[in-house]
Amino acid sequence: MSDRIMGGIGLALAAFYIWAATIIPESFMADVVGPATFPIIIGVIIAICSVWFIFRPDPEPVWPSLNRLAEIGFAIAVCLLYAILLPKLGFLICTALAAGYMSWRLGGTPVGAVLTGVGLSIGIWVVFKLVLGLSLAVGPLGI
Amino acid sequence: MEFLSSLGVGFDAALTFSNLGIALLGAFLGTMMGALPGLGPANGVAILIPIAFSIGLGPLPSLILMTSVYYGAMYGGRISSILLNIPGDEPAMMTCLDGYPMARKGMAGEALSLSGIASFIGAIAATFGLALLAPQLVKIALLFGPAEYFALFTIAFATLGGISSTNQAKAAFAAAFGLAIAMIGVDTQTGVQRFTFGEVHLFDGIDFLIAIVGLFALSEVFVFLEHRGSDANKDESIGKIGRIVAPWSMIRSCIPTFGRSTIIGFLSGVLPGAGASLGSFLSYSVEKQIVDPSGKTFGKGDPRGVAAPEVGNNAAAGGALVPMLALGVPGSGTTAVLLAVLLSLNITPGPLLFSQNPDVVWGLIAALFIANVMLLILNIPLVGLFSRVLLVPVHILMPLVAMVSFVGIYGISGSSFDLILMVLFGVVGWLFRKLDIPLVPIILGILLGNEMEVNLRRAMTLSDGDWLTLVGSPLAITLWVLAIIGFVAPMVFGRKVKKAIAEESDEIAVGD
Repeated sequence: MSDRIMGGIGLALAAFYIWAATIIPESFMADVVGPATFPIIIGVIIAICSVWFIFRPDPEPVWPSLNRLAEIGFAIAVCLLYAILLPKLGFLICTALAAGYMSWRLGGTPVGAVLTGVGLSIGIWVVFKLVLGLSLAVGPLGI
Repeated sequence: MEFLSSLGVGFDAALTFSNLGIALLGAFLGTMMGALPGLGPANGVAILIPIAFSIGLGPLPSLILMTSVYYGAMYGGRISSILLNIPGDEPAMMTCLDGYPMARKGMAGEALSLSGIASFIGAIAATFGLALLAPQLVKIALLFGPAEYFALFTIAFATLGGISSTNQAKAAFAAAFGLAIAMIGVDTQTGVQRFTFGEVHLFDGIDFLIAIVGLFALSEVFVFLEHRGSDANKDESIGKIGRIVAPWSMIRSCIPTFGRSTIIGFLSGVLPGAGASLGSFLSYSVEKQIVDPSGKTFGKGDPRGVAAPEVGNNAAAGGALVPMLALGVPGSGTTAVLLAVLLSLNITPGPLLFSQNPDVVWGLIAALFIANVMLLILNIPLVGLFSRVLLVPVHILMPLVAMVSFVGIYGISGSSFDLILMVLFGVVGWLFRKLDIPLVPIILGILLGNEMEVNLRRAMTLSDGDWLTLVGSPLAITLWVLAIIGFVAPMVFGRKVKKAIAEESDEIAVGD
């Protein structure tokens, strides 16, 4: 069933992709093939494969239980929040929070997770910012 | 000999104090990444590319760093195979079969040092093979026109699912998915926007580094979250390693094994669609057939069963660099990632690289030799230290992986948009892994998509719109036939090969 759903999504994706290829604007420097042909070929391949998924699905993969799925969902949310908040809160705060959360969810004790979060945050900051000179997001603390 | 003088140039470029330091660092990091289950050569290198890029390492130092990590991971994979019976990365899974029984017999130290020597021999021989074979392949590649290149790229995609692929539709889907992503952004030929829908961040296309780090590294974090607590291996402990010197008699008994496995491994590395995993698998099975057909000692701690797969996978790792450097078409996941290294340094591999940037090519090859020697020196005495790395708990390791991934991607552009995109790639990577859709073709699609399209359009322009030009030369026809064979063969043999590998070992990690 999972493969069939994937096939359905793939078909929708292919249809959307081919449609998006047809609205690529004309250019004054057009060549023989044009900018839309190759993407349309790709879209067709995606569609063919998706149809194949629907008619010849593989055995069902082992999906995690519902609360495990929620666990992954929360981790994704944390990652997205990290991505959004990083420029506002800065590297040190965001990383400590996100790394701490992940550490806790991956089986660390609460205290250990806090230490891991803070430790990783400071450790990475020292190595990448101070030693390697990489630019990290600056937060309200000014560092 | 021309080859020796070229190599001399390479060593000249590579042998500086800072490059040696970088090689040492890379070898050290690589061995650790290889040793840690869940971090393999592909995602290890993937995490490091954006960082090397952001701190502004030059082309040669970056290459040295990445190839040392690449070879180092191939060395390191064996450590957890032998000590814990968990392959540190996919190519190391065959090493479990005899390595772990050896460790159980109290010969862990011997197994580790023997496999270290085996890795060294395989890798050094393959590096020689690379230095000799790649220039020959370049001569053929110089005959290629746009139509042939288009066919060559098709071969790369058709074979990438690999001989062990059971569902070619999924491999093709992945490749097309990658190509579709590559099309996003400004069309280089006409300057029009494609698939950007007015989003400024998409005008330059999606950086392949974002996709690689998301698909390989971040998705691993989700996999670990999914399986947390269900690990059956928790009770395993690292026993005493003991003497870390293999007796000469043991090494001598393995010499024929070294020879056979080097050749098998190297060839399976060069051939598209095989790669290091198949290299180690073939070496092990052939060795078993030759030395121990009745299965008396193999699987019960035979030193030759440790040597064969280790020689095989390291030789294959070197062999896989041949098509990547000479043709610009990688044959495995990790070499696809190494191609990404080259592209992010604005170096386009392929025949022109050998004539235009000989210092880079030969410097790289020299770097491989240097990395190997360092790895041997590091691995024999320090193996005890590396085995300590295995004790790093997941709840520290995985947050570290995730955060370093974020740091690297943020370093490229400093935009939230890219980070969000990386997270989405991580989610897609996790979903695709569940559905058994391979990730490597996606990467290759993103890397090669534009080049492939450019060649198609160039060929069509030359022929004035005649599609038959794609099969217009004997060389092109040959390439198309190879592509078709490469795509169809796994449908026939795929299940058989996969079953054989699965029978020997049941744990498969991502990448190559």
